[in-house]
Amino acid sequence: MAETTSESLGGIGQSVKRKEDLRFIQGKGKYIEDFYLPNMVYGVFVRSIFAHAKINSINSDAALKVPGVVAVLTEKDLAGVNLAWMPTLAGDTQAVLAGEKVLFQSQEVAFVVAETQAAAVDGASLVEVDYEELPVVVDPFKAMEPGAPVLRTDKEGQKDNHIFTWEAGDKAKTEKAFQDAEVTVSQKTHYPRCHPAPLETCGCVVDHNAFTGRTDIFMTSQAPHAHRTIFALISPFKEHTTRIVAPDIGGGFGNKVPVYPGYVLSAVASLVLGRPCKWIETRSENIQSTGFARDYHSEIELAATKDGKITALRVKTTADHGAFDAQASPSKWPAGLFSICTGSYDIADAHVQVDAVYTNKAPGGVAYRCSFRVTEAVYIMERAVDLLAVKLNMDPVQLRKKNFIKPEQFPYKSTTGWEYDSGDYEKTMNVALEAVGYDQLRKEQAEKRSRGELMGIGISSFTEIVGAGPRKQFDILGLSMNDGAEIRVHPTGTVMARFGVKSQGQGHETTFAQILAEELGIPEADIIVEEGDTDTAPYGLGTYGSRSTPVAGAAAAIAARKIRDKAQKIAAHMLEVSEADIEWKDYKFQVKGVPGKAKTMAEVAFAAYTAIPDGMEAGLEAVTYYDPPNFTFPYGTYICVVDIDSKTGEYKIRKFVAVDDCGIVINPMIVEGQIHGGLTEGFAIATMQEIRFDEGGNILNGNFMDYMLPTAVDTPHWDLDRTVTPCPHHPIGAKGIGESANVGSPPAIVNAIVDALSHLGVTNIEMPVSPWKIWRILHEKGVA
Amino acid sequence: MSTVNVTVTVNGVERSAEVEPRTLLVYFLRDHLRLTGTHIGCDTSNCGACTVMLDGKIIKSCTLFAVQANGKSVKTVEGLAENGKLHPIQEGFKEEHGLQCGFCTPGMMLSALELLQKNPHPSEDEIRWGISGNLCRCTGYQNIVKAIQYAADKMAKGEA
Ligand code: FES
Ligand code: FES
Repeated sequence: MAETTSESLGGIGQSVKRKEDLRFIQGKGKYIEDFYLPNMVYGVFVRSIFAHAKINSINSDAALKVPGVVAVLTEKDLAGVNLAWMPTLAGDTQAVLAGEKVLFQSQEVAFVVAETQAAAVDGASLVEVDYEELPVVVDPFKAMEPGAPVLRTDKEGQKDNHIFTWEAGDKAKTEKAFQDAEVTVSQKTHYPRCHPAPLETCGCVVDHNAFTGRTDIFMTSQAPHAHRTIFALISPFKEHTTRIVAPDIGGGFGNKVPVYPGYVLSAVASLVLGRPCKWIETRSENIQSTGFARDYHSEIELAATKDGKITALRVKTTADHGAFDAQASPSKWPAGLFSICTGSYDIADAHVQVDAVYTNKAPGGVAYRCSFRVTEAVYIMERAVDLLAVKLNMDPVQLRKKNFIKPEQFPYKSTTGWEYDSGDYEKTMNVALEAVGYDQLRKEQAEKRSRGELMGIGISSFTEIVGAGPRKQFDILGLSMNDGAEIRVHPTGTVMARFGVKSQGQGHETTFAQILAEELGIPEADIIVEEGDTDTAPYGLGTYGSRSTPVAGAAAAIAARKIRDKAQKIAAHMLEVSEADIEWKDYKFQVKGVPGKAKTMAEVAFAAYTAIPDGMEAGLEAVTYYDPPNFTFPYGTYICVVDIDSKTGEYKIRKFVAVDDCGIVINPMIVEGQIHGGLTEGFAIATMQEIRFDEGGNILNGNFMDYMLPTAVDTPHWDLDRTVTPCPHHPIGAKGIGESANVGSPPAIVNAIVDALSHLGVTNIEMPVSPWKIWRILHEKGVA
Repeated sequence: MSTVNVTVTVNGVERSAEVEPRTLLVYFLRDHLRLTGTHIGCDTSNCGACTVMLDGKIIKSCTLFAVQANGKSVKTVEGLAENGKLHPIQEGFKEEHGLQCGFCTPGMMLSALELLQKNPHPSEDEIRWGISGNLCRCTGYQNIVKAIQYAADKMAKGEA
């Protein structure tokens, strides 16, 4: 028999082709819009045309006359069942349908239910809402001025538009460090409001069966279990009679973490009408009303010695949370993991403060391909290091190297309280420098400058914090951020494994099978992975914040090891030796020192159901709920080379080198795909994606015509490489990769553009960096 | 609401349905024929998730009324594989990891099909332009380019 190897099994480190692809490439994926239940009705929203207005009345008469319209639900109907308001993931309340007033443009005002989608749209267009406009607050700084209109009049005791103040680090020590500093730099910057815009919008089909008392909710959910618990907490639906199924999801990126009014209303409609109700939002509705991301206005300051040792960091942020605080952040961490902003650097003192504010904009603050505000943190730090380099007239590479946390300092305790697991930042940076030809590029830049040509090199050497999180500190609405894995080994040696997380394109069906293949010695082809159905999957908090591999991936390995422990006892019995004489070697149970005497996992599995030793329970199954002991800290160095046309401001990314270290890599092909995707979204955020508003709170680009997204032609070619520094506390040494590239790339791109213009005295350009912004600068400087 | 009869040859088979005159082709395919491989990603004709072939040319099926396709022939993702054998483009997407969530993939593959029919040996630049009417939010396009190159190579070998 051929030898069993990791390669033959499709184990860890193998670029196994994805199991999920066969259905997708044949048009047989099953996404939410593909559900058609018998006797189904369709729901469509009436949405507010104003950003802030009192609702005097809603008249549904004309809508109800439209053939096919069955019902028009308003806030009054919801108040009757105590569902007019729902809790947000951040512990605030959000109107399911607007009652007394609307607080943002496109807010949900009424829900029209009809026999067909078209009839529902017709009905919605005929609902008359009498609005009385109120003063609109768009600017978060103006929102905090005395006398600003108070938006959340529904909240008892809310006297202004302030939501919270959150601090980390030592304020006094940091102040002292700044007083003593030889050099300081500071910069105000805005991380723009953007929208994740997965290609599939949000939606659901809710089917309440009055006869069985059961409710099936098919929905675009990145966290089906958490969503079911929330449903049970806020509505008449009980957890044991409610089944949430997240089918194939067309991308999530954080957008499908919150609970949206459409889900609640479809459930109410199904309950009231006794028929399944489908709700699928349009793209424009998706961009205008569902979870946006970022919108952090920050002032960052660094203190340093003259020779470039950073001594302190100070950050003050005003966060625009929109009309309801609906950000997805762990309960005790209202600014998420933002205090990771000391980054890859050994900094003695830091103080970070975030003030969150209500404005008349859509609610959100979701972690868009990001682990809870890490993206914002990395951006300001990597920009600030470049500012300091300019001020000190030091090469940004040298400055970074001088301040990196050194390999021997791990586990490294940061001044804001995080314990970094592992890393060798300089090694990774050197790989990137080599790949891009850094020294040569600097020479080329100098030559070009002398000829008046513009070229820039931008670096980002970021560190992330992902895999939330240890339950002693991390929960969402009280739910521990742990995740389950359940494995069943069948008598014939095949495996069914289920998880509490939910893939949205990340390829869990393949990678989790690979972890199990490696741990169990069973080929990945014989392992099937299922997620997303709360009736069958073990509990878990879902997929976001790069937590699937750090938490559920660890659960997979631990559960598999439980299986191995039991299997080893059975193998000992089969081989007629004591358990101590058995070892797991070459993916088999072998009698120590007698390689010929061995049993495979499949052989043991058969025995587990047919010839179990006396005193043992039959079967070969395991369940684990994994509580991560710490976060994981993936990192990398990205280098971007950009050429700018000095006459037009147009620019092109000539080369972009991304060297990531996410610890042990399970499937290199999938990891590279994740990095390509993350880099492209980071590129989009840095250069085009921004949700804009006018003074009246009107969204200026709330659709795909106006909200710019990169096509294949816009997107640069990405050059990837990696180093591998295993995570010491993760069972297989993995760290997670889904978000690194989206987090790390925007500062590399902005740094490159600013670097190209630095000799003109330019120190900052706000994202998204458009050719127009660059041209204006060039024009001002007399270059263009 | 009055209805009209629309008959379209879809993937080689004549299919009819009674639809409202305002029904878009994409809803005819999805809601009436239950060919749900063709997706909807936007309401402004920008994303290309709904791309199908109409009489051999790709179109955005959200931008055409079903009645406009009456009497014509349509190819959707469900018609790419023939006789149980994957089309080289489908194979390429799987082999080169040209998809993640899979939502853009059907439309993307139809655009690739037209591109390769017109230009069997496209350069990387030509491929990028060829799929520039199709948005993908997951892959960053790089592996989609590779998938189409894979298909081009395979189809060229098939010809030889
Ligand atoms: S659905 Fe977006 S272009 Fe047709
Ligand atoms: S694979 Fe998800 S949009 Fe392309």
